[in-house]
Amino acid sequence: MAKVKSLADLKKIKEELHAKMDLREKSNDPEAQVQIKVGMATCGIASGAKEVMEFLIEATAKRGINSIVTQTGCMGYCYAEPTIEVTMPGKEPVVFGDVDLKKADEVIEKYIKQGELVDGIIPVNYKTIDNN
Amino acid sequence: MKDLSMHIMDIIQNSVRAEASLVELKIMESMKEDLFSISIKDNGFGMSEEVLAKAIDPFFTTRTTRKVGLGLSLLKQNAEMTGGKMEISSKEGVGTELEAIFSHKHLDRPSLGDIAGTMVLLVGANPEMDFLYQHITDEGEYIFDTKEVKEVLDGMPVSDPNIMQYLKEMIKENLNTIK
Repeated sequence: MAKVKSLADLKKIKEELHAKMDLREKSNDPEAQVQIKVGMATCGIASGAKEVMEFLIEATAKRGINSIVTQTGCMGYCYAEPTIEVTMPGKEPVVFGDVDLKKADEVIEKYIKQGELVDGIIPVNYKTIDNN
Repeated sequence: MKDLSMHIMDIIQNSVRAEASLVELKIMESMKEDLFSISIKDNGFGMSEEVLAKAIDPFFTTRTTRKVGLGLSLLKQNAEMTGGKMEISSKEGVGTELEAIFSHKHLDRPSLGDIAGTMVLLVGANPEMDFLYQHITDEGEYIFDTKEVKEVLDGMPVSDPNIMQYLKEMIKENLNTIK
């Protein structure tokens, strides 16, 4: 990787970046994108959510997973931070708790790649019937 | 919080929730004056006097997912532990401004930590927001302005992992020159 020290350097490598980006964009169907949200409130940050988020961004890019990693607030599971919410295309979101780097790797390899459920899911997605 | 960059990440999440479009972060370090200050200013929707008065109360939060809100009180505690202080002011519809002052050499002052990584994560996760990060030391000054960066990138997303990596390196390199 070329060193970028200034905005001028960034301008220089723009072409190179653009080529990489085109490849990604061509395979980027937003409907087919995996959405990952990392809980990044006080509780999450204090438990190491930053490292988990950095890992998820890097690992999904390296492993060719079409995904977008963003931040969210506190989901109310402070006892299980860091938490991440993974939404596979066309599926309901699933929240995983106590996600360290090892767990994050497992979530990518097993849940995202193969659709297998892994330990540490916080059951939040039940729906109730509103009888009003 | 392990280090000050984590506090910064935490406090700026408040600006994100306040729907700010611009967050200005200024870090001033001076060994000569034994000063380490962090100020964060946003143009979010601000707080009423009533909310502002309760903001640093650890048992106050506007969230409904939990009953405590520790972010500001933890930063205040850390600043005070070094003989410093934290001040916050806000105006509804205008924005919020916060300043935390630490003694630079005090043993209880956490290190700054990975500020480059923190900034890049914030920028990537909030591509519609702008961040102006200014870092001043006894040796010089560095300014990271996402408006300029976005102009150079010319439509390429700041949330792209490759770009994020480049930006992180760029911030790191520049901070090294003013250490």
